[in-house]
Amino acid sequence: MQTLRRKDILGLEEISAEEINLILETARSMREIMQRKIKKVPTLRGRSVLNLFYEPSTRTKASFELAQKYMSADSVSVAGTSSSLVKGETLKDTVRNVEIMGIECVIMRHPVSGSSHYLAKNVEASVINAGDGMHEHPTQGLLDMFTIWEKKGRLEKLKIAIVGDIRHSRVARSNLWGLQKMGAEVVVVGPPTLMPPDLAVFGVKHFVDIEEAVENADVVMALRLQKERQESGLFPSMREYAELYGVTAQRITRAKDDLLIMHPGPINRGIEISSELADSPQSVVLEQAASGVAIRMALLYLLLGGIKE
Amino acid sequence: MSGVLQPTALQQSGEGGDKMALKHKATVMDEKTMQQALRRIAHEIVEHNRGTESVVLIGIRKRGAPLAERLQAYLNEIEDFEIPLGILDITLYRDDLTQRQDQPEVHTTDVPFDLTDKHVVVVDDVLFTGRTVRAAMDALIDLGRPAGIQLAVLIDRGHRELPIRADYVGKNVPSSRSELVEVKVKEIDQADQVDILEKVKE
Repeated sequence: MQTLRRKDILGLEEISAEEINLILETARSMREIMQRKIKKVPTLRGRSVLNLFYEPSTRTKASFELAQKYMSADSVSVAGTSSSLVKGETLKDTVRNVEIMGIECVIMRHPVSGSSHYLAKNVEASVINAGDGMHEHPTQGLLDMFTIWEKKGRLEKLKIAIVGDIRHSRVARSNLWGLQKMGAEVVVVGPPTLMPPDLAVFGVKHFVDIEEAVENADVVMALRLQKERQESGLFPSMREYAELYGVTAQRITRAKDDLLIMHPGPINRGIEISSELADSPQSVVLEQAASGVAIRMALLYLLLGGIKE
Repeated sequence: MSGVLQPTALQQSGEGGDKMALKHKATVMDEKTMQQALRRIAHEIVEHNRGTESVVLIGIRKRGAPLAERLQAYLNEIEDFEIPLGILDITLYRDDLTQRQDQPEVHTTDVPFDLTDKHVVVVDDVLFTGRTVRAAMDALIDLGRPAGIQLAVLIDRGHRELPIRADYVGKNVPSSRSELVEVKVKEIDQADQVDILEKVKE
């Protein structure tokens, strides 16, 4: 397969293993461009992209903006709080108005699950979901897979333990769909109250004990405890959560020797992961950030680089 | 621009609704003549650059890459010195990306040395419109500031659309625009051969 035959990237649930492979292969070529002195190719000259962020973001937004610049696309970024959203304009109206100005691709982060699907149905521009509520964050899932793939040379038959607040995590959902499609074995760890009600659809094993879950694991992925999305009573206190579910060096002794430690950021140091582990040689947290730019360059090329049918 | 990509696209689309087929017209190069041509080019590179000290080879994906590797081996025989070899993927520099239905796959550029002040010899299989070479020059200049860029091609088939010419040519093959020049190399196609194919209505 040469072409990604779709208009949008909304989630990894609907993307095939073949498409994921194409994206990862393309990202590998993009990675080389990032290592050059002149980090720019003329590929997307004259193409326009809108970054629409209705929720705070550092990494994802910076990474998308850099990817656009490296590919020579023109872009504008609008943050939720400074936009007409606060004046009561609907999402559809906002995007239709910028679309008529010539925007061909919209990158959107939005607090409501399903918002990027809604947008994609209502505009002609390509839509890339940069995180919608508690649903999916496909580019994060792809960059996590890319990081593992580059380090381990494959995804198939690797054991990956995702630890923490799965319930509120769009990162976890995207990784669960993507990694399993690529043939990895995924297990989830965390208090039952932080597991999504629909965990069964993913067909993964749930553990409450980290040490048991990471037995023979190739990768441990700690998730951020999303303070802003917690309803009261899901767990007693931050301190207690850290004591039971924080990823620390002592808890991962049963994993493989060449274990990779991952975290999508931003890190609550000392809560979901110990500071010592986040900075250890096994940690690929910074590589994840670099992979993010390569993945987003690849997606921009694959979505905008040819004629739309 | 290599010959074999074109027939596929043609066979899929056809022209004017008629199905087009490709008929073999002539074989213009075989294993032996290809080897002779590349050896001669290697000698010409040495002569032109008065040695190979500051020369580097850059093969254009896909079939320029194995040809550059062979030139490197011949140059090594002549000068007893391994000259650096890089591989260039020009996909991201193409001028027809927004006009193509089939999106070309991006492959990795692998130039593990600095081009600044080097005499770069770009190697490709067929020189046709010159657009691939234009893209390659843009890509090279993003990687550094070479002292000069030279062009070596196995086949020059004419029909330039840009003011570009080759410094080293394996064989000039006058062709009509409706014909296809198909280069096969052992590393990719299990044979060393250059054929001219003619488009005919089925």
